[in-house]
Amino acid sequence: MSSIRVLIAKVGLDGHDRGAKIVARCLRDAGMDVVYTGLHRTPEEVVTAAVQEDVDVLGISLLSGAHMTLIPRVVELMQAAGAGDMLLVVGGVIPDEDVPALRALGAADVLLQDTPPDAIVARVRELVAARQPR
Amino acid sequence: MFDPKAIERIKALQRAWEADELRAFLERQPESRAAWRTGSGLPVERVYTPADVAGTGFDEIGLPGRYPFTRGPYPTMYRGRPWTMRQIAGFGTGEDTNQRFRYLIAQGQTGLSVDFDMPTLMGYDSDDPRALGEVGREGVAVDTLDDVEALFAGIDLERISVSMTINPTAWILLAMYVALAESRGADPNRLSGTCQTDILKEYIAQKEWIFPIRASLRLVRDMIVYSAERLARYNPINISGYHISEAGATSVQEVAFTMADAIAYVEEVTRAGVAVDRFAPRLAFYFVAQADFFEEVAKFRAARRVWAKLMKERFGATRAESMRLRFHCQTAAVTLTKAQPMNNIVRTALQALSAVLGGAQSLHTNGLDEAYAIPSELAMKIALRTQQIIADETRVASVVDPLGGSYYVESLTNRIEEEVFAILKKVDALGGTVKAIETGWFQREIADSAYEHARRRASGELPVIGVNKFVEPAEPGAVEVHRVSPDVEARQIARLRATRARRDNARVAALLDRLAREAADPTLNLMPVTVELVQARASMGEIVARLREVWGRYVETPAF
Repeated sequence: MSSIRVLIAKVGLDGHDRGAKIVARCLRDAGMDVVYTGLHRTPEEVVTAAVQEDVDVLGISLLSGAHMTLIPRVVELMQAAGAGDMLLVVGGVIPDEDVPALRALGAADVLLQDTPPDAIVARVRELVAARQPR
Repeated sequence: MFDPKAIERIKALQRAWEADELRAFLERQPESRAAWRTGSGLPVERVYTPADVAGTGFDEIGLPGRYPFTRGPYPTMYRGRPWTMRQIAGFGTGEDTNQRFRYLIAQGQTGLSVDFDMPTLMGYDSDDPRALGEVGREGVAVDTLDDVEALFAGIDLERISVSMTINPTAWILLAMYVALAESRGADPNRLSGTCQTDILKEYIAQKEWIFPIRASLRLVRDMIVYSAERLARYNPINISGYHISEAGATSVQEVAFTMADAIAYVEEVTRAGVAVDRFAPRLAFYFVAQADFFEEVAKFRAARRVWAKLMKERFGATRAESMRLRFHCQTAAVTLTKAQPMNNIVRTALQALSAVLGGAQSLHTNGLDEAYAIPSELAMKIALRTQQIIADETRVASVVDPLGGSYYVESLTNRIEEEVFAILKKVDALGGTVKAIETGWFQREIADSAYEHARRRASGELPVIGVNKFVEPAEPGAVEVHRVSPDVEARQIARLRATRARRDNARVAALLDRLAREAADPTLNLMPVTVELVQARASMGEIVARLREVWGRYVETPAF
């Protein structure tokens, strides 16, 4: 089985990249192929990169509070690009009450702060395994 | 500080104690772990004695208000007046934040501190597509001078000091602040406060940037020189370790990297021909108060001593004011948890206490809801009350540097100072601060420390109460979270458009042309033309966009 491919992305203007970089490193150390976009990306840039890299999982980190504006845009662009089977995982500072809304939009999961690195690795594996084979 | 014979006697005493009481006790009850370390990973002994500080002369510790300022920048410290209690605030429009300011002043806050929204920090107007979803969310939205007028309506700028947390666009905000004060007839030389302005730590840690490094440094220089000439009481920069720490650095790295940035600024300004003693007295600092209580106290003391020595020995400063480090402090947001949020009040109180025992000049205490959203009014009030309790009830402010002379704290202060100078030497060997940023050295060091910290936390080696120890099921709705009102973006954009419709567009265009011309000549100071631009109601986004055409933009090579 080929290794899981992940794009970790920072969308919007916030510069908090501590968590995104730790998650990227943990996933890489767990044997996944990880690409990190760097900061301040637009939804368009992120979805284009995810499609080009043909990733299994698109992980988006936001700590700016702009998730309810930017995530719907990401989902819309993923659908337009025919990347419907790509798994979208959202992380960062997300109020609990926004979590169901993000799932309803199509996020495969929302991983909140203080999720231990091993739990993130396990969850990503689980999500990819549960997905229909491509 | 001690007679060598006395040190020998103490060492002999300690050896006897180790062979006798200690050994017998350890046989009955071993210690809970093999090695003890500070939050930064420095080794910690079981007990400290005069032997641990035998090599430290009293002149290294000294007296407050005197070189090397280990004990504090002023002779009386909090006996004159307590530190400035400065809770940061910012959300929505200028009017929204103005309400919060008035509330905080009514609660006894003694200084103001402004947080700006992401588009303002990054130089986008509120109607720019890049600003979508972020207007007024993480801070107050500022596009033009009209917003700054609303922000400070009814607040006397000659009487209260104002700190502005802004970096890539700091010079525009300073221009707006000066323009506002002048329009009200205030004397610029009586304005007190601080602009954060520390762009180098943005490339290193906080990651908000616009222009390439050299152009950004020139803007910092322009602000420092302009302030030295016109704003006698204003701190044009707050050289910041806080964000370096929040990004994952250890406390030792925090101080070392901050000093590396400070060195780069001093070099930049002196290169422009300004004597160090003309501007150094107005350079201010900003550190975090992290969780390791004694290490933090020692860190603040070591930072003061390092700065004093750098200024005197490396830069040849002669005025005491140039060597005296003053700092703002904020408790460590990264230590606050979403789980069991009320515990955050206790964490913050202990961190605040270390800041006070370490001699901070001003302090922000975080809200208990830090891990949820920007703070609610209630969370800010409790945080402010925490400071007031420390100031008025604990009596820790009665004595200057009360931990001075503690064998442990003095020993740790020495150790941190040594580590900091060793890192600075490494930065010099790498070709200096800017070079080390360009090669990503600081960024990698911080990412490594952050990863290490995450691993230690995940393994439980680093206990976090409520997260990996004493865990309870989550309580939904445990705190009331601040919500940004949904009409903020529309209100803000409406005001921006009204301002654009009202102003003299030909004059704005002519000034933007002049800005572009002056930007191309690095010997010129861009502050005067920027003041004219904001007076003419040019927007921040317009000013930044024009300079992007001249200077280009910064591109980071992302690494993890």
